[in-house]
Amino acid sequence: MSIPAREKVGLLSGNEAIARGAFEAGVKVASAYPGTPSTEILENFARYPDVYAEWAPNEKVAVEVAQGASMAGVRALAVMKHVGVNVAADPIFTASYTGVRGGFVIVTADDPELHSSQNEQDNRHYAVAAKIPMLEPSDSWEAKEFTKLAFALSETYDTPVFLRSTTRISHAKGAVRLEEASESSLAPGFVRDPAKWVMLPDNARRRHVIVEERMRAMAAFAEEFEGNRIEWGDRDLGVITAGVSYQYVREVFPDASVLKLGMVHPLPSRLIREFAAGVSRLVVVEELDPHIEMHVKALGVSVQGKEIIPIVGELSPGIVRKGITGQGVPVRPFAVLPGRPPNLCPGCPHRGLFFVLNKFKVTVAGDIGCYTLAALPPLKGMDTCVCMGASLGNAFGIEKALGKAALGKVAAVIGDSTFLHSGVTPLIDIVYNRGFTTVIILDNRTTAMTGAQENPATGRTLMGKATRRLDLAALCRAVGVDHVYTVNPHDMAQTEAVLKRELFREEPSVIITEAPCVLLPDHRKKKRPVYEVIPDLCTGCMACSKLGCPAIEWVPFTPDEAVAAAKAPSQKGMARINPLLCDGCNQCPPLCKFQAILEIKD
Amino acid sequence: MKGARGNVFLAGVGGQGALLASEVLGEAFLIGGYDVKKSEVHGMAQRGGAVTTHLRYGPKVFSPLIEPGSADLLVAFEKMEALRFAHFLKPAGAAVVNAQEIMPPSVATGRERYPENIAERLAEVTPNLYLIDALAAALSLREVRAVNMVMVGAASHLLPLPETCYLEALRAHLPERIVEVNAKAFHSGRALMAPRGAGR
Repeated sequence: MSIPAREKVGLLSGNEAIARGAFEAGVKVASAYPGTPSTEILENFARYPDVYAEWAPNEKVAVEVAQGASMAGVRALAVMKHVGVNVAADPIFTASYTGVRGGFVIVTADDPELHSSQNEQDNRHYAVAAKIPMLEPSDSWEAKEFTKLAFALSETYDTPVFLRSTTRISHAKGAVRLEEASESSLAPGFVRDPAKWVMLPDNARRRHVIVEERMRAMAAFAEEFEGNRIEWGDRDLGVITAGVSYQYVREVFPDASVLKLGMVHPLPSRLIREFAAGVSRLVVVEELDPHIEMHVKALGVSVQGKEIIPIVGELSPGIVRKGITGQGVPVRPFAVLPGRPPNLCPGCPHRGLFFVLNKFKVTVAGDIGCYTLAALPPLKGMDTCVCMGASLGNAFGIEKALGKAALGKVAAVIGDSTFLHSGVTPLIDIVYNRGFTTVIILDNRTTAMTGAQENPATGRTLMGKATRRLDLAALCRAVGVDHVYTVNPHDMAQTEAVLKRELFREEPSVIITEAPCVLLPDHRKKKRPVYEVIPDLCTGCMACSKLGCPAIEWVPFTPDEAVAAAKAPSQKGMARINPLLCDGCNQCPPLCKFQAILEIKD
Repeated sequence: MKGARGNVFLAGVGGQGALLASEVLGEAFLIGGYDVKKSEVHGMAQRGGAVTTHLRYGPKVFSPLIEPGSADLLVAFEKMEALRFAHFLKPAGAAVVNAQEIMPPSVATGRERYPENIAERLAEVTPNLYLIDALAAALSLREVRAVNMVMVGAASHLLPLPETCYLEALRAHLPERIVEVNAKAFHSGRALMAPRGAGR
């Protein structure tokens, strides 16, 4: 790549580049559910002119909406994180059979190293399993170019196309060439074609034959595709690689021969054989599973892969060097320090709920969101976390296993957006199958963990439009829950009273803890009190520390310091509230038996 | 000058604006005519956790990640975070460190102590340590959120770009109404470094 004039180049993240590519490709409809590391794609796409972008309740819906738009002849995009593809797999596998009309691209943003995920599955397997071609860019530049290419391929070969990103592509910035948007040559409109769109067995059988023909044609294309290229160098070492791993290989072995794959399914067998024949030592460098390696081995080509390159976690230049040369670079030992894990924010409403819930010593089936951080000390308020919506089914299953003994012993905890994503159907199961599960919906008026996205319960859309706000309590009543109560989680006495009653109720109940996320602009603009610890009154009992609020700091004393501060020599320290961090939530003052926490008055 | 290449490692605590600072730095290098790559992790890390950015510039950059032992400059927004990532520095690398201390949960709840002698331990790692009070500089502008631009200003003293690149980048990345206070923060950061004669 040569860098063109400054005004035509932007410094874009992979996600911004994918959004730009979709805009330049003339995409009209895009749907997604937020999920790290994919979220910024739709947020950025929504800002372009003349496009429609939406947050769907979940990834399955997002794929179905995008597919519908494709059926109607416009280019359409569905975006999700890797585990979102699990949710969306049902329509995806059959979209492979129906094919497309307007170009249809599905972005899967994988998360090797689990920076913000519950597993590190390798979604290249989905391309193979669903028989859908997959492109994999290696930086922002390619992310934009490949997005545009994906739409062209989709229409040419009548197939959905996967675009795979990873955290280090999505959240790395690099130079990107900016071009104009192009208009689609297709006329919008749904054309009736039951043999293509109605997947009754008889039609689907015929479509399967077409799918196999298509994948053979795609494999032939892969041999000629310029994104699959051999960079001949020193022939002693030849590396086959794709995605961000290519950059690490080039960084560490600038002189090696490299087969750089831009399409990871289907793979170019002839090109691989040609490359293998031209080098003395052949290595595959890929993150996670041996996807390319298995293909190379199936060709009968001898190659090194996962025996020298880790299967767990993401790669780095150092890991690639050590794998291939066997030699690491000596590095200073790093300092052993107190860890700095993420934490619930000061003033987070979730903290109040978990503090109270801890008193009941119940098993807490948890879910995916900011509140999952409550699993960490000191709250340690969560016992399970599997996937979006799993808390309700897990809690109900525990209850069915234990029978009556589970009464008052189990609760499910789930966020508002996660509940709407996939918590409604298990709630129906609980009602339908005569359970008594207590479900707590933490309604903080946003999809907080991914950076405050709108959802059906916020009353606003991704495009910034006001919309009908989903009524969580009414929804729960409508599926048959008779006991639905709303509490303010900052008011821990009220929350405790309601929990005490509902945990032991022999019927399903839903408790909605309602208080806005402290990161929401409306909350930040509000004038809030700031609290302080009166040093003379603090006995160092640490009752407030048990909240785990980042604003409450522990000041340790030596016996001499304690005496100097007019305390008993046995007092180990005292609490202090950092005024820069205090959000004024008023959770801690009632916890202090000595009334040492007071509001600062100007 | 444009033949120069370098690795800048930024470390801070979620909420300190380290990511925005890295945006401005990255944009400044692009304006200055360099190829740039920059990598960071969002999501969980934003909630008060450790936040890092790898920023690399040069005629052509491949890897978006900096290897341990190869950073030319460490820009740390919090004192302990400087020590946590000091192993990324080259032996002759420099560190610009905000003296601010932010307690991690284990320290705030009394289970561990905030480490002592951090400055001394950092000085063992790098001969070029610049410990500055960016929080005080930001507070003197009555804008606690400007700590990040104070740090950018301080770091700029050790980077091969003219001041105009940073100011243009700042205007490109910030809403109009806060450009002025952030430009002031940038200059106060630069001023913090100037008396030491470290500028280039």
